[in-house]
Amino acid sequence: MESTVLSVTDFSAYFGENQILKNINLDTGSNVVTALMGPSGCGKTTLIRCVNRMHELIPGATVKGKMYLKQDDVYAMEPIVLRRKIGMVFQKPNPFPMMSIYDNVIAGYKLNGIRLKRDELDTIVERSLRGAALWDEVRDSLHRKGTFLSGGQQQRLCIARALAMNPEILLLDEPTSALDPKSTSAIEELIVELKKSVTMLLVTHNIAQAARVSDYTAFIYLGELVEFGTTEKMFTVPKDKRTEEYLTGKFG
Amino acid sequence: MNDHTTIRLLKDKVFRGTVMFLACFSMLPLLLILYYITRNGIAVINWEFLTQLPRPIGEVGGGVFNAVVGTVILIILSSILSVPIGITAGIYLSERSEGKIANIVRLCVVVLQGTPSIVIGIVAYIWIVAPFHSFSALSGGVALSIMMLPVIIKSTEETLKLMPYHLKEASLALGVPYYKTILKVILPTGISGILTGILLSVARITGETAPLLFTAFGNQFMNWNLFKPIDSLPYRIFYYAMSPYPEWHAFAWGASFILVVVVLGFNLIARGVAVKWKVQF
Amino acid sequence: MDDACSVNGIAIQHLNGKTKAKDVPVKSIIDKSERRFNGILFVAALFVVVLMLAILLTLIVASIPAIKTFGLTFFWGTTWDAAAEKFGALPFLLGTLITSFMAILICIPFSLSISIFLGEYFKEGAFPAFLRSSIEVLAGIPSVIYGLWGLFLLMPIVRAIETQLGVTPHGVGILTSSLILAIMIIPFSASMGRDVVTLVPADLKEAAYSLGATRFEVIKNVIIPYARSGIIAGILLSLGRAIGETMAVTMLIGNSNFIPKSIFDPSNTMASVIANEFAEATGITAASLIYVGLVLFLVTTIVNIIGTYVIKKVALEASKEVT
Repeated sequence: MESTVLSVTDFSAYFGENQILKNINLDTGSNVVTALMGPSGCGKTTLIRCVNRMHELIPGATVKGKMYLKQDDVYAMEPIVLRRKIGMVFQKPNPFPMMSIYDNVIAGYKLNGIRLKRDELDTIVERSLRGAALWDEVRDSLHRKGTFLSGGQQQRLCIARALAMNPEILLLDEPTSALDPKSTSAIEELIVELKKSVTMLLVTHNIAQAARVSDYTAFIYLGELVEFGTTEKMFTVPKDKRTEEYLTGKFG
Repeated sequence: MNDHTTIRLLKDKVFRGTVMFLACFSMLPLLLILYYITRNGIAVINWEFLTQLPRPIGEVGGGVFNAVVGTVILIILSSILSVPIGITAGIYLSERSEGKIANIVRLCVVVLQGTPSIVIGIVAYIWIVAPFHSFSALSGGVALSIMMLPVIIKSTEETLKLMPYHLKEASLALGVPYYKTILKVILPTGISGILTGILLSVARITGETAPLLFTAFGNQFMNWNLFKPIDSLPYRIFYYAMSPYPEWHAFAWGASFILVVVVLGFNLIARGVAVKWKVQF
Repeated sequence: MDDACSVNGIAIQHLNGKTKAKDVPVKSIIDKSERRFNGILFVAALFVVVLMLAILLTLIVASIPAIKTFGLTFFWGTTWDAAAEKFGALPFLLGTLITSFMAILICIPFSLSISIFLGEYFKEGAFPAFLRSSIEVLAGIPSVIYGLWGLFLLMPIVRAIETQLGVTPHGVGILTSSLILAIMIIPFSASMGRDVVTLVPADLKEAAYSLGATRFEVIKNVIIPYARSGIIAGILLSLGRAIGETMAVTMLIGNSNFIPKSIFDPSNTMASVIANEFAEATGITAASLIYVGLVLFLVTTIVNIIGTYVIKKVALEASKEVT
């Protein structure tokens, strides 16, 4: 791979006694979209949440194995330092309702107590909103609260908020499952465009979406990484029987 | 890890520690109050304390029997006055979620609940003490019943609102008229919530002193006449506490112990009723 | 509710037109009972409204002699002299204001801590359950008992502090009554605060964590701003309680009708002056006290209505968020 952004080695995750992830081994290169797909409950959301250690917020959650973000051991770092390097977009758009659009984009800086000059912040806001393909729609209402935005626009705002931190990797947890088809395609186009500037890990239960936007796909089933490869190859000639069955809709 | 992050993590720890400390510290008054009431109260309580009338100062002994009886009488009186009206008004409100009159009634309930008890005492004085030219148990009962009313109305309304519609439907489908459905099906099913409300409001007024200061007024002697002043535990506590005599101070603690036990008892029973008698859907 | 609705419930109203002819006798008997039932319900509801108005009217009418004599100067009159029959309520307005606000100020850090402790850090477990029960017990203890406890445990402490500071060691006064008030309103405002804190949606907190915030930063920047109106409403309602609180304050405030010059001075609140003087008052004295009662009633009512209204809005917003 070009240069590995995320490297997962023999990684397992537990909720108390339950083992959710079993010995996952995965590497993602830079400026690619890697899709994690699989039936519900297979562990793909857990995996993505282990990358930015959000999984730990639930009491009783433990992990084994190694994860490296570029050169850093994810589990040896201070979580709040780690999370600043990783952007996350959630299933249901969650902009902060008490903050204006402007403040939402720079929320990462505000919450972390990082003080920047006004013009620096202005630049960041414009850059991030442009990157999320939202700038033209909100440039005149930056100081209004974001609640008037549509679902799709709110999700793009959340993407802008994540991009503002210049993350080394962007995690997207089923970002379009709460959106209408039109907004979904807008976000998918955005993901393809964003590839040029950021590496992404995309969890999706929508096989077609994985096929449309991702370069690599990992098929996870019952906590195991069943197959991993380029999207093209996996969707045309899957190596594992389970992958084939999932792709043809036999389960999930 | 840089300095800025270290400071942030430090702030996080300090905040957490402060919150925990303040929260735990807040329990101190409770522990202190309960400790002193128990320690000082139990020292005074004996059979004589519970069954004798107060003796004039200078004489040893005596008890708070009249206060206990007075409190019981006041509770019964105010319940008789407030429960029927409260439940009925609560049924009215539960049947109407919209409507100008219903909203006005709700507003009045909110205002009544927030009215200071001493103001209600003034009103009861003007209505009953002044015309009869005498402090009386009746006026005390009226004042306390006004205070019980909002709690009973609210809990009745909320309990009945929770009753699922299919319960009404089943009864109506059998041809039972609507009003009978309410009286014979909905009300009995919701009895635990309504009873809880009543018990909680009783717990609240048992400890009330302010409205009694110029209605029931207090009485050294036993009194069974509703038109004459009557003693009560809270009043006796106040009277003894503000006096200069240490013997009476000790009695005040004893009476407080009884009062706290009664009030907490009502609260516990209310909670027990809410849990044990609740009909699950 | 009209007859069509009430006979057989909501579902059948449109059938009544057709069922008229055959069922008339039975229907009219049931109708009568229905109507009587609804009538009784309505009367009870009306009674509540009438009671409310009667209370207000009684207060106004009974204070008319005082209103006529003193008018609005009542509010800034500084002397309260029963012998001279000259009454000004400023000392009590000040007493109420100062004690209530001091109580709220003292109470806020504690009740916020409890709210955050129970609503965010420790939502489950034995100790939080114990804390919650303690708060309920504290809330149920009658005011007069707080007063008793304050008289024998708080007063000596305050007296000692006053001696140390070289002030007249009254022991009672504004400071002592503010302290006891604070202790009394902590349970109420803490449980309100906790309810409001738990209403903050989990996905907002998650978004903040995912951006790398510490727990403190999430609380400070997401939870508190989101819960802000609920917290303020809780404070307002607690203020309403504090203003109307009578017994404990009466026992610990020292019963002085002069304007207090420091927090160590004895004073009186609107509620405590009524408690101290009304039983024996007659004539213009009584009317003036009732005038004070009227003011007290209006102030607490306004504060309570605003607080209740805000809480209702907050609960409504929260239920919308869930969907």
